[in-house]
Amino acid sequence: MGNYVKLVVLGIITLLAAIAANWGRDIAYVVHAVIIMLVAGYLFLRTLRQTDEPVKAFATDGYMDDVVRAGVIATTFWGVVGFLVGVVIAFQLAFPALNFEFLQPFGNFGRLRPLHTSAVIFAFGGNALIMSSFYIVQRTCGARLWGGNLSWFVFWGYNLFIVLAATGYLLGSTQSKEYAEPEWYVDIWLTIVWLAYLAVYLGTIFNRKEKHIYVANWFLLSFIITVAMLHLVNNISIPVSIWGSKSVQLFSGVQDAMTQWWYGHNAVGFFLTAGFLGMMYYFVPKQAGRPVFSYKLSIIHFWALIFLYIWAGPHHLHYTALPDWASTLGMVFSIILWMPSWGGMINGLMTLQGAWDKLRTDPIIRMMVISLAFYGMSTFEGPMMSIRAVNSLSHYTDWTIGHVHSGALGWNGMITFSALYFLAPRLWGKASMYSMSAINWHFWLATIGIILYAASMWVTGIMEGLMWREVDANGFLVNSFADTVSAKFPMLVVRGLGGVLYLVGALIMAWNIFMTIKGGERQKALVGVPSV
Amino acid sequence: MDTYSILREIADSWVLLAMTLFFLGVIAWAFRPGSKSVHAETANIPFRNEVKPGSVEAPASTDASIKELQS
Repeated sequence: MGNYVKLVVLGIITLLAAIAANWGRDIAYVVHAVIIMLVAGYLFLRTLRQTDEPVKAFATDGYMDDVVRAGVIATTFWGVVGFLVGVVIAFQLAFPALNFEFLQPFGNFGRLRPLHTSAVIFAFGGNALIMSSFYIVQRTCGARLWGGNLSWFVFWGYNLFIVLAATGYLLGSTQSKEYAEPEWYVDIWLTIVWLAYLAVYLGTIFNRKEKHIYVANWFLLSFIITVAMLHLVNNISIPVSIWGSKSVQLFSGVQDAMTQWWYGHNAVGFFLTAGFLGMMYYFVPKQAGRPVFSYKLSIIHFWALIFLYIWAGPHHLHYTALPDWASTLGMVFSIILWMPSWGGMINGLMTLQGAWDKLRTDPIIRMMVISLAFYGMSTFEGPMMSIRAVNSLSHYTDWTIGHVHSGALGWNGMITFSALYFLAPRLWGKASMYSMSAINWHFWLATIGIILYAASMWVTGIMEGLMWREVDANGFLVNSFADTVSAKFPMLVVRGLGGVLYLVGALIMAWNIFMTIKGGERQKALVGVPSV
Repeated sequence: MDTYSILREIADSWVLLAMTLFFLGVIAWAFRPGSKSVHAETANIPFRNEVKPGSVEAPASTDASIKELQS
């Protein structure tokens, strides 16, 4: 019976998508309609072939790890893609000739840049969060994922969202909101997928065998709920036509700007911080083989983080039309936020107390430690940059870019890599990763890459800020904008090279994970827990 | 008064007070007597249920196993 309903729904979606492809008013919309038509048509045929066939029985008493395995592969894939696009646009900034004429308008920096940010944040980071949260919630609840194949819907639905967003950027469909570029129908699709994600997650927590909810789940749940709220409010818009991708925002002016940065900063706070802290609070204790340093501190960390982060957005809008009280509020909360952030970092690092020798022998622990170090560094740098006087120097310069990348490459990237190295052997029933020395290589390439990146961006950002504000004795500006651009050249090249190192590290990881899955057994036993 | 001013006044007074009290209450609750054993028990959750629901994990990787790995 269920299959018949599915067939009707999929048939209607395929038909509507075909009509939309025919009537679409812009190229992005037409391509998306074709993608949806093909996906829905494929699912229709697949369901049709299974209808009235005997249903294969499978064990449902263990954990549901297939979807986590798919997530490990997707995370690795999108990571490499996102870093590659990042390297390309870094060199486009250094050498504008790389905006090749024959690739216009698709290969332009303006279109590749959102492709890079969304690929690393939402595709790499998002898949990492979904995959590891599915792993963590099952283990810490002692329960199988709730909802049967609903978690597969979340995985494929989320990756479809990424494909629609990425192709949309290249074809020029964007609502011009940073980190929220996808247009209205892609936003609606993400909402559906995200509610399914919330249902799977909550359902599993309700079914838990443990009395208490482990702190990692608190962080991950706050990430899921807050992202849903941010996404819904920031994307309130009215489509110009149901057959076109263009939409008009409901807010305008400073209200729109404030909503956008309330969204934008909390995307950092809850997607890139709370969610990844959930990963940290599970994987660091597991890899260190000892419980978190202070469970009390983790509770205080959680509540302080979510109570403070939500107010920090206005620091993106210093010296704009935003009222002073609002920008001061954002600044004050950003500075207070420094405390819980460092509390969390100390909690993670001190978990290694009594196991510091593992830093010498275990490259995965080393990655976790460097990730926490970068978490501490960027959560110190961020509050400092949110101070209005500092911001007057740093805003609109590459210092901001450097700050974002020390957080994203250092904290999010490194903790994700260590999670992948933790999960891959366990999920495929291998004793350990195929090559431990390759993890070491990855560690050093990535670390040196980040250092090159952050250092060159500090230099170029502060230089840029100083050049912009430099006035002569008569009060005239000394430098034209183009002067700053040419002065930045050497640092832009160094930044690109840092990105290359980081990308090479990720390629080594992809190879290592591939060899691990394929079954290389070069290393002798580590812990190795066969998965179900 | 217009809607904005009313909401603003409520947010500045009672809602601010309520949220501050809730926050302080949560912190105080974490330090309640008897929380220590509960937290110790909860902090060890990652070391249970590893392979399948209800299972007890094999001992974590020891230094010896890592040394062996290095050789």
